[in-house]
Amino acid sequence: MTIEDALSAAVNIAFNGLAYAMVLYLISVGLSVTMGMMGFVNLAHGVFAMAGGYIVTSLMKEQGVPFPLALLAAALTVAAASIPVERLLYRRFYGGDELDQVLLTIGLVFMSVAGATYIWGPLQQPLQPPAWLSAPFDLGFRSFPAYRSFLILCGAAVVMALWLAVERTRFGARVRAAVDNLRMAQSVGIDTSRLFMATFALGSGLAGLGGALGADLLAVNPSYALQNLVYFLIVVAVGGLGSIRGPFFAALLIGVADIASKYLMPEFGAFFIYALTLVVLLLRPRGLFGRA
Amino acid sequence: MSDRGAVAIFARRHRYHPLEAAPWLISVAAYFAFPSYLPLGAQILATILFALSADLLLGYAGVVTLGQAAFFGAGAYTTGLLAAHGWGEPITGLLAGAAVAALIGLLSGLVILRTTGLTLLMLTLVVASMLYEAVNKASWLTGGDDGLQGMKVWPIFGWFRFDLFGETAYCYCLIVLFLCWLAARRIVHSPFGRSLTGIRENIRRMHAIGAPVDGRLLVVYTISAALAGTSGALIAQTTGFVGLTFLGLDRSGTVLIMLIIGGVGRLYGAFIGVPLYMIAQDRFSTIAPVYWYFWIGLLMVLVVIFARGGILGLFDRFRR
Repeated sequence: MTIEDALSAAVNIAFNGLAYAMVLYLISVGLSVTMGMMGFVNLAHGVFAMAGGYIVTSLMKEQGVPFPLALLAAALTVAAASIPVERLLYRRFYGGDELDQVLLTIGLVFMSVAGATYIWGPLQQPLQPPAWLSAPFDLGFRSFPAYRSFLILCGAAVVMALWLAVERTRFGARVRAAVDNLRMAQSVGIDTSRLFMATFALGSGLAGLGGALGADLLAVNPSYALQNLVYFLIVVAVGGLGSIRGPFFAALLIGVADIASKYLMPEFGAFFIYALTLVVLLLRPRGLFGRA
Repeated sequence: MSDRGAVAIFARRHRYHPLEAAPWLISVAAYFAFPSYLPLGAQILATILFALSADLLLGYAGVVTLGQAAFFGAGAYTTGLLAAHGWGEPITGLLAGAAVAALIGLLSGLVILRTTGLTLLMLTLVVASMLYEAVNKASWLTGGDDGLQGMKVWPIFGWFRFDLFGETAYCYCLIVLFLCWLAARRIVHSPFGRSLTGIRENIRRMHAIGAPVDGRLLVVYTISAALAGTSGALIAQTTGFVGLTFLGLDRSGTVLIMLIIGGVGRLYGAFIGVPLYMIAQDRFSTIAPVYWYFWIGLLMVLVVIFARGGILGLFDRFRR
């Protein structure tokens, strides 16, 4: 292998890894907050991402809705739909028995598998990117696939907006307070029940957006929530529960390492990632950015 | 309750109650009553053992696991590989399956049991996923996606052939399940078993009174892995097939579901939940296999909200 080849491979890995990381982060950040703030193991979080993927693919294919509008619709619909789920089902289990949460959410995952098959059929729903995202995108020294470049830019914009919101707004301050010390937050008069609802809806909306944007990376099919669960959980656990930034770096690590290992050692598949997770969690059981 | 009353209850609780004979009498009766369903019956018996292994870990030690399929699959693949490569002797194959599963349980337990709560839950899933991927990628050995081909299981003691009607398989599974159940029952009622309940209820206090918590968890994790491996090996031998689904997350999930339907932490939940689940699955899933998952998911949600103790828990509630 020449130096040029190696360089090109490295750029490829970095680029695709970054795109993958964006999707993983958008989907997982809500899960991290749900687990850290509300003490709820939501194994069904991937269902929101899957719903986003289905909404965007079917809106574009059947209604001819333009891509950006379909993305927005996916995020908003999923966020709105998550509110009744949180109010009616999840709320009563916050901070409770882990086993209950695991069983409840696994039940929901199973229902989602059957529900998606009923509505959309067992086959994978391909995402047809619009014409303006199909041509490669030339950066002078080399060209990049336009769709993934868009995905990275979009993801980066959302991440920036999210971090600004968490650092600068009153809502963000409340979220940080509730993650740091829930009882104290309640004592100083923060309505944590409503805060939970809003955060949950935001996290689910982001997952919907992530699933929609990443419909090309994580194939949209009925067992989506089951297939990708391990990855979402890994990102959250490696990043540190309740953290908003932690999962980003975890997603970067996992995304790039996954693409790299599948590119360089395809014969090992995802094995390397699991081993990496095991090692990270052994050294730091609370994740890279979790508080001790 | 007076102290003496409590002591009397503790002194009695390990004794055999006449009701405990019921599952075995029913199993023997089922052999004669439903001769055409024996293959399904053998599967049910072997799966009860799987649920029993999960109950030991979850119901007694309080370790929530999403990776029980790792040990089930390890046992099944070990036995399967032996049988496919010229060693089809069932008893030693079964023991080998249990041993390999126990070894994997011991090694992974050494590593992951140092964590608690969600991280532990995650790591059980990661270990199972690792094993899944390893088996999937080692297709030259395991057949990968297509499953393991060419298992030849010899007759038990060179005499009892595994027949098409599942008569041998049923009796074989019943005997193995009975022996494992005896062992599990002894473990649960031993001082060791009582200390597991202590760890589940209040791990800090157990540390405080000087109980070797980590060591006990590791031991029960290994025992549970061995039982799960035995169950996987039984299913591999009686069906003559091992595939990747033996290691999948949905298998770890459904075993929890079957256990919850029956009732956790009572040793008998498995005997109620597993037959109910598998008989219902046999009836309904042939009509519409995918939608089976919808109903089982819905049932799960309802059980968690309304009937937390499972069916045995409902009985308890009516008795009071």
